Amino acid sequence: MTVLAFDSTELFQYLAAGLALGARYALVALGFVVIYKATGVINFAQGSFVALGAYFTYNAHVTWGLPFAVSVVIAMVLSALVGIAIERIVLRRVVGQPVFAIIMITIGLLFVIEQVITAIWGVDNLNLEDPWGIDTVTIGGVVISQRDIWTMILTAAVLVVFYVLFRHTGIGLAMRAAALDPEAAMARGVSVRRVVAVSWAIAAMVAALAGVTVASGAAQLSPTIGFVALAAFPAMILGGLDSPFGAVLGGVVIGVTQSLAAGYQWFGPRFYTVLPYVVMIAILMIRPYGLFGTKEASRL
Amino acid sequence: MSTANAAMVRRYGDDVKLFRTTASKVAYAALVAGVLLVPLAMTDYQASVAVFAGIAAIGAIGLNLLTGFTGQVSLGHAAFLGVGAYTAAYVGGELDWPLLLWLPAAALAGALVGAAIGPFALRLRGNYLAIVTLGLVFVAQYVFENWTSVTGGGNGRSVEAPVAIGPIDFAELTVFGKELTRDQSYFYLVWLLVLVVTLLAKNVVRSRPGRAMQAVRDRDRAAEAIGVELARYKVLAFVLSSALAAMAGGLYGSYQRFVNPESFNLFLSITYIAMIVVGGVGLIFGSVLGAIFITVIPRIIEEVSAIPAIDSFLKDQGITVASVNTAVFGLLIVLFLVLEPRGLAAIWLRIRMYFRAWPFSY
Repeated sequence: MTVLAFDSTELFQYLAAGLALGARYALVALGFVVIYKATGVINFAQGSFVALGAYFTYNAHVTWGLPFAVSVVIAMVLSALVGIAIERIVLRRVVGQPVFAIIMITIGLLFVIEQVITAIWGVDNLNLEDPWGIDTVTIGGVVISQRDIWTMILTAAVLVVFYVLFRHTGIGLAMRAAALDPEAAMARGVSVRRVVAVSWAIAAMVAALAGVTVASGAAQLSPTIGFVALAAFPAMILGGLDSPFGAVLGGVVIGVTQSLAAGYQWFGPRFYTVLPYVVMIAILMIRPYGLFGTKEASRL
Repeated sequence: MSTANAAMVRRYGDDVKLFRTTASKVAYAALVAGVLLVPLAMTDYQASVAVFAGIAAIGAIGLNLLTGFTGQVSLGHAAFLGVGAYTAAYVGGELDWPLLLWLPAAALAGALVGAAIGPFALRLRGNYLAIVTLGLVFVAQYVFENWTSVTGGGNGRSVEAPVAIGPIDFAELTVFGKELTRDQSYFYLVWLLVLVVTLLAKNVVRSRPGRAMQAVRDRDRAAEAIGVELARYKVLAFVLSSALAAMAGGLYGSYQRFVNPESFNLFLSITYIAMIVVGGVGLIFGSVLGAIFITVIPRIIEEVSAIPAIDSFLKDQGITVASVNTAVFGLLIVLFLVLEPRGLAAIWLRIRMYFRAWPFSY
């Protein structure tokens, strides 16, 4: 049926929506990757940083009446401080504990922060009042919202910044060294503590940006927007836990497949909601460390 | 004097004994007798809380075998509970099988799904396995919502599984000439099963497969090198764990008389992980303690929030009881893991040690 009624504009429309969705997943996944690279921890509380960033932006922009761009920067700074604080107060105490314990601690934090958000800003949906609103741009018959375009630009920008940071700066080198072998890095004078703090700060800032892109445009702000992070897991796993480029590619793959499945209603009307997980499980069966992840050496 | 001698470990065999001393046998017998008498004095509300705690204990022991003893992190426990609940609903309710058939059928269905998921753990480790099992919860919920002929779809379905063994009907027991309510009667069914499952789990972990599982947890490559078959024991752990989860799910469905896909979400998985964390990872009786603790806490929070002063404070701040619950729950996980990683069970063992060694402090 869909083949007979093939409509290239429709296809491009879905592809564009998928790219934007993928870019949002990618932004969230990038935050996971930074912390994982530096500390080997999957931060399940990343979702709460996403929500927190969006609420900080709301507070600065709507409540204090600051310009939107300034508000986003303020939100990023505040989120970074929260990230550093959480690392200092909680995660530093459990360094060296089993993976399971650390996963559980970050899950616990996810619940606590979500409720803190509810207590401060309430459960009602709020409007971020971003400058993009529901404005759209039409390119060759394909309608794309301004918010989606900005999401893609921001994701690309973050990826470039990551590349420069990791490859061409001192702290980037320190981060790579600490990720590779913390003890050896320490022996060479790298402050692993500083590296870990910086990674949490960067992850929280990226999450804040992700939060803004998730809550803006036609969408609204609610305490549950952090759950987008659950959908970003497949993206992160797909690319491999420790590869920023992989995270973006994974995000795009998941976003585009999901958008196509939703548009063409593959396997029934709601199958697209679980498609990311199905794709993830299938790919992990073939490549257990994702497409671009580093294979863990197993030593006795 | 004789007790002190009996408590002394002289042979390897002493280390794996179920009951080390006569005193501990007496203590356990007293505990069982107490459990048998308690429901007679319970209100329906208290009995129902106890039933939910018992069901949770069965599921938590299952998760502890997998995560606490074999070291495989699973966020997918809710999926297995769901499989059990829907199996009970279908074969117990629709096909009208008796208790002695539908409960094993539920456990078997769970075991089969567990056996299908187990091999994933051979290829994936730690973080990757955690996220795949997280995906499992979403996939299972999708199946529960869409396999309408069995599951009743998104609106859920009623469960009318009979709970009688011959003349003994666990929906309306008569004990010492006293007719019990449904909640009180279920208490016996559930807590007798808790007893059976605890013994089963204890026997698994103190025997050969249990030692193999713990070797896999501590360092799987080293275990493999000394001859533990990884494939066999990882899959075994998944099968056991999911069978127990499915059994708990079946009991949950039959007690509630209703199941819907919403109940088996990620939060339920995390609740079970919280139970084994709070109770004590890698200790069977810790799971029972944890299950009781996590089931009772929300009720206590409800009671406390009903106190007028606290109630009006919460209303002023616009905070719901549900949100206090979630926050307390998250805090418990974090605090236990940071401050007391071996949980309530470790606290209990420390107290017992203190009295055993008394008046010496070592």
